[in-house]
Amino acid sequence: MALSQERLGKYNPEKPTENRITDIGPRHFWDFFPPVIQKNYGKWLYHDILEPGVLVHVSETGDKVYTVRCGGPRFMTAEYIREICDIADKYCDGYVRFTTRNNIEFMVTDYEKVEALKKDLLSRKYVSGSYKFPIGGTGAGVTNIVHTQGYIHCHTPATDASSMVKAIMDELMDHFTGMTLPAHVRISIACCLNMCGAVHCSDIALLGIHRKPPIIDHEVIDSVCEIPLAIAACPVGAISPDKTPEGKKTVKIKEDRCMFCGNCYTMCPALPLSDKLGDGVAVLAGGKISNRISEPKFSKVVVPWLPNNFPRFPEVVEVVKKILNAYASDARKYERIGDWAERIGWEKFFEKCDLPFTEHLIDDYRLAYDTYRTSTQFKFTEAAWEVSRAAGGIK
Amino acid sequence: MAFAPKRPQKEINYEEVRIYTEEELHNYTEEELKNFKIKHDIPALEDLEKGPWPSFVADAKREALHRKKLAEGRTMVDKDVVDDLLGQLELSFNDGETHWKHGGIVGVFGYGGGVIGRYSDVPEKFPSVAHFHTLRVNQPASKFYKTGFLRALCDLWEYRGSGVFNMHGSTGDIILLGTTTEQLEPIFYDLTHELDQDLGGSGSNLRTPSCCIGKARCEFACIDTQDLCYELTMHYQDELHRPAFPYKFKIKVDGCPNGCVASIARSDFSLIGTWRDNIRIDQEAVKAYIAGEIKPNAGAHSGRDWGKFDIQKEVIDLCPTGCMAMEDGELKINNAECNRCMHCINVMPRALRPGTDTGVSILVGAKAPILEGAQLATLAVPFMKAEPPYDNIKELLEKIWEWWMEEGKNRERLGELIQRKGLPRFLEVIGVPAAPQMVKMPRTNPYIFWKEEDVPGGWKRDIKDYRMRHKR
Ligand code: HEM
Ligand code: HEM
Ligand code: HEM
Ligand code: HEM
Ligand code: SF4
Ligand code: SF4
Ligand code: SF4
Ligand code: SF4
Repeated sequence: MALSQERLGKYNPEKPTENRITDIGPRHFWDFFPPVIQKNYGKWLYHDILEPGVLVHVSETGDKVYTVRCGGPRFMTAEYIREICDIADKYCDGYVRFTTRNNIEFMVTDYEKVEALKKDLLSRKYVSGSYKFPIGGTGAGVTNIVHTQGYIHCHTPATDASSMVKAIMDELMDHFTGMTLPAHVRISIACCLNMCGAVHCSDIALLGIHRKPPIIDHEVIDSVCEIPLAIAACPVGAISPDKTPEGKKTVKIKEDRCMFCGNCYTMCPALPLSDKLGDGVAVLAGGKISNRISEPKFSKVVVPWLPNNFPRFPEVVEVVKKILNAYASDARKYERIGDWAERIGWEKFFEKCDLPFTEHLIDDYRLAYDTYRTSTQFKFTEAAWEVSRAAGGIK
Repeated sequence: MAFAPKRPQKEINYEEVRIYTEEELHNYTEEELKNFKIKHDIPALEDLEKGPWPSFVADAKREALHRKKLAEGRTMVDKDVVDDLLGQLELSFNDGETHWKHGGIVGVFGYGGGVIGRYSDVPEKFPSVAHFHTLRVNQPASKFYKTGFLRALCDLWEYRGSGVFNMHGSTGDIILLGTTTEQLEPIFYDLTHELDQDLGGSGSNLRTPSCCIGKARCEFACIDTQDLCYELTMHYQDELHRPAFPYKFKIKVDGCPNGCVASIARSDFSLIGTWRDNIRIDQEAVKAYIAGEIKPNAGAHSGRDWGKFDIQKEVIDLCPTGCMAMEDGELKINNAECNRCMHCINVMPRALRPGTDTGVSILVGAKAPILEGAQLATLAVPFMKAEPPYDNIKELLEKIWEWWMEEGKNRERLGELIQRKGLPRFLEVIGVPAAPQMVKMPRTNPYIFWKEEDVPGGWKRDIKDYRMRHKR
């Protein structure tokens, strides 16, 4: 059988349930494993990173598999996927794999093929000069960014994701193709607080945030929304029922309570938040997911807001580089960004990264107190002297 | 060892199923591409064609050109859909605001998820993306593919959709980005009939479970991540396709505490491979590491000169539990004190391996900030065997779902329900005793919610009786 053609193909709208197949789930993984993976399943002894982006896994059967890892744009077209297939057909007997972090992995069993494969991958460039398949993303460097939809396909973003990824990775290529950092650095982007990408445990996270409360579309709100649901959606109880002068049902918002989470908009399209001047990017740092040495931890907000300067986000790129550079020169081997910040103290983090500390970085939401310092163990930085000067007593 | 699917899998022979001919697939030249302009002015996006990282704009443009050169009637969605997608993106940059409308309920018959409705709010400018719905497609566990399948999917999606994908969405699904309402059923028909492939979840239901590469190519894996992931996906097809939950539910499977699919931060039900016997040690290999014959951490740090490998400084002193020591030239591990953080194993994979009596630790309730703030998953079951058909895991999961469906408020994630009701209540629901492993420390406040049955004599007391002993 073949894929259908014509407008409705083999689907018959008169009889939608005829021959319907449902609940068959995904393709079974085993069928998609290359033979060397099937044969050595569960028998791998160890691996080595031969060079950035190239791994060898060695099995107790003596078999080896070489993996060449490439950074891919998560947004990709049929044309790009077909090119991946051409490469996989040529070198990898028609098998290929994608990683959790949007990388593409080509596997071969013959070391001889690795050089040819690498050469081929790096020779493939767009007419404008970008690599199609940069090799790297292993070890103590920066691997590909996980991210969300942004302006490409979502209705709630406070920033765009694909463009920010491109802008950042263009500047961090050396870290993608190198392994010179103290440990892995995982960067993630989510374009609103929904955080489809769940970026809250990343070494560096870029997060789109709104800064203006919702605008109320009084004319339609009662017809397009369940008003009680919109009211209930607000985590801080800022929304309450109201009437327009004409007596139509609507809501009012205590604007000074709003924390710009966008949750009301999720429930009700008549409460849009986005705004050119209000929206922007918060930078979070120091989270991790691995249980290695220290426990997994949340990222912390280190820059409350930067402008959406499309398409290259220079302010965001600069902050990312500042953090990476300070970390690279100061952290110890195996120390993740969060472990480093905790060892030197967050006051030193801000000093070394040359980032201003503002009142926006002090928690005042629930459980805020957990983050307050309740000891005299701190280090002196310029920020401390500023407090002393303001409080009086030193000049 | 081999794993069998629950039903026979259809072999996809691209030559048999294909829509486009070779000529159609290679219908433009590099030269044409160089000179190609899409139908809108996109200076900001064109700036993103420069620079070394793969440019999604350059990629989108070649798809646009390729579509443009297909004959009329060879795509069921407008040929310039990619032009309009880029045009609208450029407009969003200029306006600093998205131009996608809020939602819209569309789907395929009988399913309550898998399709996300999307409409442009400037359809007069970009008519080809006026309707631009997403389909989520179940990814195969750990995302290996055969090219025949991918090529067939490309043809299907170029013919009936925009030809634009996300490989993959953050939950793990293959995302097909942009088609019309009319094409949803034909796409679903061909997906299921020709590609032997189902849709994923969206809305208040189970999301396609996802897992790390596990034993397929990772020596650290303690469990069969793909098999467990596939089994849960297949067993809970109904939960995946027909929303019956208060909100979304995610299951992720990591093969070891390194956590490559981030289950601990990104899933309501996080299964993490672990072991309960001893770390296996090859003392000869330890010596080889000490002698500098093997690169530490599989060479992950070899881009910089960190000096000679020092097992004391780099492994023993960094062990969070201080349970390692060198004695008489041999590495000793006090396994009873080890918390299985993986550090030593990561640094010396040839010398150290996880134990062989393996299973999963189960953690629950991780989520992103909406609504009540971000949560990491909380340890609920320190150790459970994970062997087919995984009935113990399914039973636990079903107990959790039952409680959550009963008690959970609309749009309350499991982690939030546990916060609201308290971990002790959750433990009661899943029928396990409290253990110090579940907390970082005991509570610091003494505000204990004693129950009446905890206290001898109950709570009913008589004030008169009290007053016999104590005058007013
Ligand atoms: C109130 C909460 C949320 C709302 C209203 C929401 C809404 C959406 C919408 C509209 C999309 C579709 C974007 C598109 O058009 O393709 C989406 C995608 C997605 N969401 Fe959410 N979301 C919410 C929370 C979350 C959370 C907490 C997570 C993860 C922990 C998540 C994970 C995802 C994923 C994985 C996608 C797939 C698209 C991608 O990979 O970028 N969502 N969400
Ligand atoms: C396990 C429960 C508790 C124990 C064993 C405990 C024990 C003590 C002790 C031994 C003192 C010192 C008394 C003294 O110097 O004469 C004290 C002082 C005090 N306790 Fe508690 N306490 C407990 C719970 C609480 C609670 C729940 C509160 C308040 C809600 C509280 C508030 C205070 C206060 C305000 C003081 C005076 C502190 C001061 O003088 O600086 N205690 N407590
Ligand atoms: C050992 C001392 C105390 C204990 C164990 C205690 C416990 C509680 C508990 C369990 C609640 C219910 C919280 C909820 O519904 O979520 C509550 C509420 C409350 N407590 Fe206390 N409390 C104590 C002392 C006090 C004191 C000393 C005051 C005032 C001076 C106070 C004022 C209140 C108020 C006003 C509420 C209601 C709060 C609200 O509804 O927003 N409590 N307390
Ligand atoms: C208007 C309300 C209150 C007044 C006027 C008041 C007054 C006092 C006074 C005068 C003392 C003795 C101080 C001293 O000896 O130095 C005291 C001690 C104390 N109060 Fe209160 N109190 C009030 C509310 C509370 C509440 C709500 C709590 C607990 C929830 C509380 C817990 C204590 C404790 C634990 C001590 C210390 C006892 C000790 O260490 O000997 N008080 N209070
Ligand atoms: S993070 Fe927010 S804006 Fe981005 S895709 Fe998810 S819901 Fe949409
Ligand atoms: S944006 Fe969030 S805090 Fe503000 S009104 Fe809406 S729901 Fe409430
Ligand atoms: S989570 Fe553990 S088992 Fe799975 S791929 Fe990562 S290191 Fe390997
Ligand atoms: S796994 Fe972690 S805790 Fe256990 S011995 Fe190794 S370093 Fe120590």
